[in-house]
Amino acid sequence: MAATGLFLCVFLVEHLYTNLHLYWGDGGKEFNEMSHSMVHSIFIRIVEVVLFASIIIHVVQATVLTKKNSDARPVKYAIDGASMTSSWISRNMGLTGSVIFFFIVVHLYNFFLPYRITGEVGHDGQMTVAEKCAEALGNPVYAGLYLVAVIIMAYHISHGFASGFQTLGLNNKKYTPIWKMVSNGFAILMGLGFASFPVIFYVAKVMGKDLLHWNM
Amino acid sequence: MNLTLKVWRQKNASDKGSFATYQVNDISEEMSFLEMFDVLNERLIAKGEEPIAFDHDCREGICGMCSMHINGRAHGPWSGTTTCQLHMRAFKDGDTITVEPWRAKAFPVIKDLVVDRSAFDKIQSAGGFVSVNTGNAQDANCIPIPKDDADASFAAAACIGCGACVAACKNSSAMLFVSAKVSQFALLPQGQVERVDRALNMVKEMDAAGFGNCTNTGSCEAECPKEISLDNIARLNREYLMANLKK
Repeated sequence: MAATGLFLCVFLVEHLYTNLHLYWGDGGKEFNEMSHSMVHSIFIRIVEVVLFASIIIHVVQATVLTKKNSDARPVKYAIDGASMTSSWISRNMGLTGSVIFFFIVVHLYNFFLPYRITGEVGHDGQMTVAEKCAEALGNPVYAGLYLVAVIIMAYHISHGFASGFQTLGLNNKKYTPIWKMVSNGFAILMGLGFASFPVIFYVAKVMGKDLLHWNM
Repeated sequence: MNLTLKVWRQKNASDKGSFATYQVNDISEEMSFLEMFDVLNERLIAKGEEPIAFDHDCREGICGMCSMHINGRAHGPWSGTTTCQLHMRAFKDGDTITVEPWRAKAFPVIKDLVVDRSAFDKIQSAGGFVSVNTGNAQDANCIPIPKDDADASFAAAACIGCGACVAACKNSSAMLFVSAKVSQFALLPQGQVERVDRALNMVKEMDAAGFGNCTNTGSCEAECPKEISLDNIARLNREYLMANLKK
């Protein structure tokens, strides 16, 4: 869980960095070129396999763990005071993880599938990947789902990031406060970064602004 | 103080069990929680009813026998306190107090509030010791130990094996207990000989007993009457990882 989770956190940084190119205002040229070069990079293709494997392993392990942990207490407490001794997010990683997984499936269906599998997007004479992003984020349902998912993802990271270091045995009196601070900072940064896309693109759409071409 | 007690009653391990409600009047706030139970039991016996079975021994907060889950909290509302050291001034006149046994598959209920914690004994037997020849102990000054390590080892050794960590954890994980037992030896020169086997065998026994897995919620540390630190769990994870690489 820890190794795959921390790897997925690294991927988020790369994903955010790429997405930020949507704000360049160059008609999505930079963003499209990055997407194109990734598809044709053997290194990225290998990383892509590791990425999908990480997601699957993370989900399978989480499911097995949740089942085993639930079985470890067959009779529940009539009064459970867990809320007095631990945070809500630390007790509900399975729930938040499920929402994130659902979003990942929708996200792949919207972007990965048409660009990489069916070839409906990003090829000659078709809508570019950047235009597809602007279109999807201008949709109130998708933008709303995206916003909710990234907020939940930020909470998931706020516990998961620090928890990963604890599981790998990298915590002690000196490092624990640092990891917790880094974990919260990273979660806020990722949350705000990714949440900006549905908010800004949707607001731009409502105001009738073409965000992709503002710098041209 | 006048209190309403909702107490888990269960005739034996195979009985389904249910809550029984008792009105307990004229309780002094200076009493310990267990003394309040003594009074209730005397009254039940006087009425010809079965007294409530509960674990207790030293009543000084060091034996780890008392094990009540009180109003949703292991050992009640005070932090760093065993049930025997919890006093009735923690409650208000007229309160309703719900008392349950530790809930975990690895700690089956024997009767009422008494659970079988022999799973901890099995884990301890799997490696929570150092094998030394009998004879006189050598001069302590012959074994230099850094003060910080000695302090951390002593803090881990303060674990009384009461099981509050398991009771408080939403996964019924015994990681805090095992990590304390592993840490107390891993930090000392005497514990190095069996270091690898200790980590592997104790974790193996913990998993076999049916405890859940640690998801780092921190409830165990918050409820531990001896305030054993989560740092020990990180140390156990290190020990286990290194042991697997070596063996």
